[in-house]
This record gives sequence, C-alpha cells and structure tokens, in this order.
Amino acid sequence: MKFTRRDTMAIGGATALTTILPSLSSAAIPVDELVMGVTGGADAASTGISLTAPEIAENGNTVPISVDAPGAVAITVLAAGNPLPGVATFNFGSGSASQSATTRIRLAGTQDVIAVAEMADGSFASVHQTVKVTIGGCGG
Amino acid sequence: MKLKKLITAVVGTIAIPFASIAGEDSQLSIDGQLMVTRVAAPAHMENVDEIFSGWVFRTDETQALQMDDFDNPAFVFIDKAIDTFNKVDGTAGKACVSCHESPEVFKGLRASMPRVNSSGELETIPELVNGCRTERMGAEKWKWSSGSMAGIVGLIGLQSRGMMVDVAIDGPASSMWEKGKELYYTRVGQLNMSCSNCHEDNYGNMIRADHLSMGQINGFPTYRLKNAKLNTIHGRFKGCMKNIRATPYKEGGDEFKALELYVASRSNGLTVETPSVRN
Amino acid sequence: MAKGVKPRVKVPKTAAAGEIVTLKTLISHKMESGQRKDKDGNKIPQSIIHRFTCAFNGNVVIDVKMAAAISTNPYFSFDAVVPEAGEFHFTWYDDDGSIYETKKSVKIA
Repeated sequence: MKFTRRDTMAIGGATALTTILPSLSSAAIPVDELVMGVTGGADAASTGISLTAPEIAENGNTVPISVDAPGAVAITVLAAGNPLPGVATFNFGSGSASQSATTRIRLAGTQDVIAVAEMADGSFASVHQTVKVTIGGCGG
Repeated sequence: MKLKKLITAVVGTIAIPFASIAGEDSQLSIDGQLMVTRVAAPAHMENVDEIFSGWVFRTDETQALQMDDFDNPAFVFIDKAIDTFNKVDGTAGKACVSCHESPEVFKGLRASMPRVNSSGELETIPELVNGCRTERMGAEKWKWSSGSMAGIVGLIGLQSRGMMVDVAIDGPASSMWEKGKELYYTRVGQLNMSCSNCHEDNYGNMIRADHLSMGQINGFPTYRLKNAKLNTIHGRFKGCMKNIRATPYKEGGDEFKALELYVASRSNGLTVETPSVRN
Repeated sequence: MAKGVKPRVKVPKTAAAGEIVTLKTLISHKMESGQRKDKDGNKIPQSIIHRFTCAFNGNVVIDVKMAAAISTNPYFSFDAVVPEAGEFHFTWYDDDGSIYETKKSVKIA
C-alpha cells in the first residue's frame, strides 16, 4: 500500500480529530460532579424539573433557555463546558406564580446545560441537556 | 481502499448536506402584523424566481426573537433612539423633535430608500440624519455605524415596518443602480468572490455551520446575536468584504451607496422588517 | 454607572385580583465576561450585572444571582401573581456598584 501525500494528510486529520474530540469533552466538568456541588452531595431526582433549550444553537452568544420546577424554592443553571460553569440561580419568592423562568445564556461551545432545583422540602431534582453550538460561516 | 472509506466516513459526519431552507414555510407575524418573507422576484432579477427574507434562513429560536417586540433585543436600542430623538444637541438648541413632530412622520421613508434627490444625488437615511445634524442643529456628524446613528436609522425604519419595499431603479436612479449591479457581480479580494457567489448562487446552502441567506437588507439595521447590537447596511457590506479578504469600500462612499440601491431593489416586494434579528 | 444602561420591562397595566401575569425584562448591558482580552493581550476585567430582583408591594417574586454566562443585554421572563393593586419594583445590581431601578404599577380591573 502506497501512501500519497494526500492520504497522509487525511490520516493526520482523522487521527487528530479522534484524539482532539475526546480531550475537548473531558475538559468539561462531569455533570454529576456539578450537580453534587449544588446539592451538597445529596442525590437529585430526575423528575419534577424541566429544561427547555435548543438542540442546536445558532450562536453561542445568545442561547434561549427555560427552566420549570413546580414547588421549587430555587433553580440553579450550570454550563458544564464554559470556562466558569455557573450561569444563574433563580430564587422564587412569595410573589411568584410559578417556579419557572426564561433567560438567554452564553455557551462557549457544544456542551451540557444543567438545571438543579431545590424543593421546598429540601430535596433536589436535576435535568441536563446537550446543546450543540455551531460555528458561524462568515463571522463578518 | 479501506483508508479511503475511513476518510469518507470522517468527512461525511462533518459536512452534513442541507438542501432545503430551514424555515421556508414559516410565517413571520409581528404583534399580529404579517410580513412578506417570500415573494416572486422583481422583474429585473434575471437569475432568481423567488426572493426570501433573511428571517427564513434562521433557526426557530432566532426567528422567534423577531416575532415579539419585547423579545426582540433591538428594541432597547429603539428606546434609546426615542430619547435621542427628543434630546437637544448642537449649537442651534434643537432636537429632532423640534422639526419632526414624532418618529411616525417618517412612515414610508425606509421603504423607498435609497433614492435620488432633486439635486440628482443618491441619498441614504444616514445622510439625511447627518444633514439635519450639521445644517439645522449645529451638531457634530455621527459616524455611519455609530450606536447613535444605527439607533435613529432603526427608529426611522421601524415606522415603515410591514410596508412593501419599493425602491425606484429607473429614471435618475438608473446609472447608480447599474453601478451597484456591476459591483454586486464583480469578483474582488483574495478569495476572488462577488456578492452573487454566496447570495445568489448558494443561498440556502451551508457555509460551515450557517445557512447562507440571499443577503436581503429589508430588515436593517439588524440586531445580530453575534455582536448583540444594531448593525448597519454598510457595516454589513464591510464585514462581507473583509470575509472574502477584500479591502472594504468606505461606509457612506459612492460604491456602498450604489450597492445599497441595487441590493435594496433585489428586495422589492418583501416587507420592511426593521429592526430584524439575525445570527 | 456603566454607560448607556437602559431597562425595559413588560407588565400589564391591569389585572384581575389573583391573576397570574407573565413579566418580561431586558436591560442594555455589555456583561463583560472577564474572559476576553484587549488588543494588547491583557485580560479585560469582568464587569457584569450580578443580581436582578423583582418584588410586588414588597413581596419578592424572583431574586436572580447572575454569572458572566448570562448574555449581553440580559433578558428574563417569569410569572407573578397580582393579589391586589400595587407596584412591581425591578432592580438590577451592577459590579461597579450602580443600581438600576424601574417601577410599574398595576390596577385591578
């Protein structure tokens, strides 16, 4: 088997891809670890909270997200792959009509977005979703 | 042979072909007012049968931002422009409102701009604004793409939202229009590309992870998610030229004015969407 | 005070007693993340709005702790209950010590 220059470049490219991709994703903090950081080590239920985020975000600068956790006193949003994972904590007071909120967030790249709710009884619930962030065509 | 398959597989997963336009059948309704986002191309366009607003090419989430004036972040800049409109500036002690009763008096203007004035010169909204500032208000000119200028141009444009773009291309406008058309189809820059290579030959196709639009300007000034501010028409032309590694023409110069006239005429039949939201 | 900060809020002018209303807020702010560098390669220090609160007649509706991952021109939408006529009070707290406030009153229809 003879390797042309083009083949060699392609192998290099393919190898680089397979080696870079896992290392990129491992740079993000594991979802469980982030959730535990909010709950103080307590387990979080997987029901009772919902997160609405686009599957693919057209621009990482402005990604619309909504969280909803009936009966929660607070909901914390985290972005596992950002330089700093903290995004926001919504604390709901007596004047709130639902324990839900919508905002727009920054995502440095494709990553998991996590929401952790603290319920009135002190228990926790969490949910996470991967949001793909695309690279623009012509930045200008 | 195996190697080739591997390469194809790797490449295949990256370059996902997109043939159709994302929101071709979606309808843009802003606070109950329906916009024309696709319509038969104006007669002067030889290579295109149907024209599409840039809104059509965006994802559902970005599209939604333009459907409600509160969700549309451009309106914070429109609010600021209303303050500017009422604020005295310059040696004559005048504000915009001293001569123009309210922004609403500009209804219809945006839909017909740029246009040739009585002196036979092609004029644009930023030039009208700066004319007022220097001649009537005794104030400093604003830079073409400054925040104040983009805001006021946006506020003036908003008054014509929902009206059909109808830019005159014949009579005294014809020579500038021809010049703009020539610029549109002339390849320039290190990448040797013309406007038409992307926005006529390849709209709807992907450029990396983006859908290429038809390059319509009926929604300008536009709020871009990329830079979170209002972007002007000439500012966008400049950005495109930098992307193809060309030396951009001057904002407000004859080349961009002629190009603005030609590109605006390519959206004749769509509605003014100012201020739109794009990625 | 950061330059050119302007709040926008969407609140219905009237509501029925006990009605649930959706409130929307937007404020113009750069939300400098602290992750960017200037032309000379020096880090631009973080300068954001770090807290947003909304209260109705003194009762907290929502109190948000914000990090640099909130987008430029921060936007929030949430639900409040209007038990009686009164006033919504919106407050944003800037890293530079500035406080931006706006109030909207609601009548009972």
